[in-house]
Amino acid sequence: MRYLLPTLPLIALLAACDSGPTFTEAEPGEHLSAGEATVTKTDHNAFSLPLANLSPSRRLDFSVGNSFFRNPWVIAPASTDARDGLGPLFNTNACQNCHIKDGRGHPPGPDAKQAVSMLVRLSVPAGEADDLTQSGLLPEPHYGGQFQDAAIPGIEPEGRVRVDYEPVVMTFADGHEVSLRKPKLTFSNLAYGEMHPATLFSARIAPPVIGLGLLESISDKDLLAHADPEDDDGDGISGRANLVWDRATETTRIGRFGWKAGQPSLRQQNAEAFANDMGLTSHLVPTDSCAPSQTECLALPHGGVPEVSDSILDNVTFYTRNLAVPARRNVGDPQVLAGKTLFFQANCQGCHVPSYTTAAEAAEPELANQTIRPYTDLLLHDMGPGLADGRPEFLANGQEWRTPPLWGIGLTEAVNGHTQLLHDGRARNLMEAILWHDGEAAASRDQVLTFDAEQRAALLAFLNSL
Amino acid sequence: MLTRVAAGGLMLSSLLLSACSDEPKVEEKAAPYEAAQARDVISHYADLALAGYSDALAQARELQTTINTLLDSPDEENLAAARAAWRDARVPYMQTEVFRFGNSVVDEWEGQVNAWPLDEGLIDYVDDSYQAVMGNPGARANIIASESLTIGEQRLDLTDLNADLLASLNELGGSEANVATGYHAIEFLLWGQDLNGTEAGAGERPATDFALGEEATGGNNERRRAYLQVVTDLLISDLETMVAVWQPEQENYRAELLADTPENGLRKMLFGMGSLSLGELAGERMKVALAAHSPEDEHDCFSDNTHFSHFYNGKGIQNVYLGEYQQVNGETLSGPSLSDLVAANDPAVDSQLKQAFEASEAALQALVDSANNGVHFDQLIAPGNAQGAATVNAAIDSLVTQTTGIEKAALVLNIQALNPDTADHEF
Repeated sequence: MRYLLPTLPLIALLAACDSGPTFTEAEPGEHLSAGEATVTKTDHNAFSLPLANLSPSRRLDFSVGNSFFRNPWVIAPASTDARDGLGPLFNTNACQNCHIKDGRGHPPGPDAKQAVSMLVRLSVPAGEADDLTQSGLLPEPHYGGQFQDAAIPGIEPEGRVRVDYEPVVMTFADGHEVSLRKPKLTFSNLAYGEMHPATLFSARIAPPVIGLGLLESISDKDLLAHADPEDDDGDGISGRANLVWDRATETTRIGRFGWKAGQPSLRQQNAEAFANDMGLTSHLVPTDSCAPSQTECLALPHGGVPEVSDSILDNVTFYTRNLAVPARRNVGDPQVLAGKTLFFQANCQGCHVPSYTTAAEAAEPELANQTIRPYTDLLLHDMGPGLADGRPEFLANGQEWRTPPLWGIGLTEAVNGHTQLLHDGRARNLMEAILWHDGEAAASRDQVLTFDAEQRAALLAFLNSL
Repeated sequence: MLTRVAAGGLMLSSLLLSACSDEPKVEEKAAPYEAAQARDVISHYADLALAGYSDALAQARELQTTINTLLDSPDEENLAAARAAWRDARVPYMQTEVFRFGNSVVDEWEGQVNAWPLDEGLIDYVDDSYQAVMGNPGARANIIASESLTIGEQRLDLTDLNADLLASLNELGGSEANVATGYHAIEFLLWGQDLNGTEAGAGERPATDFALGEEATGGNNERRRAYLQVVTDLLISDLETMVAVWQPEQENYRAELLADTPENGLRKMLFGMGSLSLGELAGERMKVALAAHSPEDEHDCFSDNTHFSHFYNGKGIQNVYLGEYQQVNGETLSGPSLSDLVAANDPAVDSQLKQAFEASEAALQALVDSANNGVHFDQLIAPGNAQGAATVNAAIDSLVTQTTGIEKAALVLNIQALNPDTADHEF
């Protein structure tokens, strides 16, 4: 039966045409974004289901992980001692508060006291002599690697951040104008002194957490097959893998998770989020997110060593690994197919690589050997100065971002009630997100700028079907 | 393991085949049962659902009567009667939860009826020790005390507490902890917060929280009374909706289910049993609470009725397999069952699963016995209570065994992918 696994007809199509393929019908199984793991819900719970092929007897840890992902952590000491240890400094008290409905966060409103589902990473420029093998960057000396705008009683939160926007107008060839908004961060109430004058800031929205185990199951080889660091093929796109520190194996490995692919594994991604976003220590990340100069932070009571037990970290990792991806809608619709043709014509798939077959060996058997359609290469690309945060992270420079997966993106509104996209949520809809593309993606964006109203609608119909 | 991989391969190939041709030619082993026989089983399953939801509706009406009496004369005796009626209302309802999984029409309806856990600060006053999730604008909204609520740039008018308004506040701002309606909202109104942690005792709301005039406590009592009435009315109308879903000879979901292939019907039954058994009951409702030692994760946390909630969940699972349901009037409804189909093909699998049901019933009964002896679920999960943990773990283990048995039974009926999501969706 294994031999019936499909090879993609896409390759044949690509070879057949010079100016990109024309799609007139859906590929077999194209709606199954996550292979056999695909689910079919399209409402506000679309991102919250276990893999379809995870049988009932395999769902115990998923449920337990879901609970620890959803319910709030509390201040130590508390009667709920398995879930205490929040802070002292933190951004939020539950995973789900940022990955809302297992989906996307959003920038804070103008009066928000805490940004919650948006956080700001901090660092200072490193010198030649700094060893960044394990950290990937130099944290800001007084505030650490991440700005935490919440704290438990007894210490001050690090301050407040607000986001203001200024307009940037883009014009299509047919005269259609789109006004983008460029964010500007303002910090106030800084409780731990002035920040280093050269501090680098990176605002990050919590991304959806669907299909992460499947992304983790793409082999390094398949991932590197799309890398072209020196742009040998001359298409202007030079994807490269981030190489980051793996705490578990104490080696440098390919980064896959995070907006700059700064994390090599889902387990470490989760442990880092526990530590930095919620102030919760684990076996993998054993220290609270207090900077060395934050002595009060270091002195406050903790919730055990570690605060997140191995079994809870395992359960949360199992949960995030096995959240399914919803099926595509309307794959055979002529407008969607026309949009797909335009997507290829603009060479968007140069980075948003449509499909993979996951490795035969995966963390869980349900994740193995699946034909998945995530529309990402998980590689770093220079996206130009407009999107740049200027803040390096391991190999990623200040203009590079990891291609985010596009699967499920058409359900953002259904799940989260908004369509604020990109790393800092600056794009208010899909078209704004496209127009922010620059750098290696400038040629693709310029193609899109030539699209007329009908073509734009088709492209969006395709993206919304994902 | 080999069986699993082969099963997956088979499923994928059938999907591919159906996508490639207009008339899908799915290679199928002949079903190990007569289609008519399976249809009788599915039809009886619908009868069980109808009987269960009808009982739940009747008991909810009893609850409404006692609540009206409480509001007429808010004294401790009438409050106790309303609480007793709430507990009684849970007996049939918890046995219907097995229908939720596998039947999306029920699952989509359920959130308004039985969502849990809830941030009670959304509804009414709470103790200073109350912990809520951040970024949840509803966590301390206190609808009963507030005439308006601001969510982002939106200002909600709460002056008139009506069913549409309260239902619209469920999952407010995307937070599942915002539960404004259903059994647990009523439970919170009747009991109040359980501030005893993992010590003995349930919520202790005084009846005077519903009183008017000088003896009134709690504040905003007109609104608390209105709230309780509105959510009780809504529960009844929701249950009426669900009874209609299962009525025979109507254009409703029951008709769709019976018109579908027998394989899909049986799959939904077995998936519902497996999902409630493991992910929901053993996982969300027991293992989580035990792992966190947290009464906040307890299912019926205000009333300390969790033992019965779990027991009747378990009962509902075996009801579906055995084709039996003991109605509130004491009569037992029985008919063609999954057990009949499985036994005809593999008596050993059938008898093992029946044994597993007996074992899980005994293990869940131990939770009930413990509560009857004064040690409730929230005490069993207390940190350091090794004996309590053993009792809860025994129940979890029995449900794990039972779920494995359910999956074996599914294989006996040649149902490979135990997931209702795979077969019944058109693209």
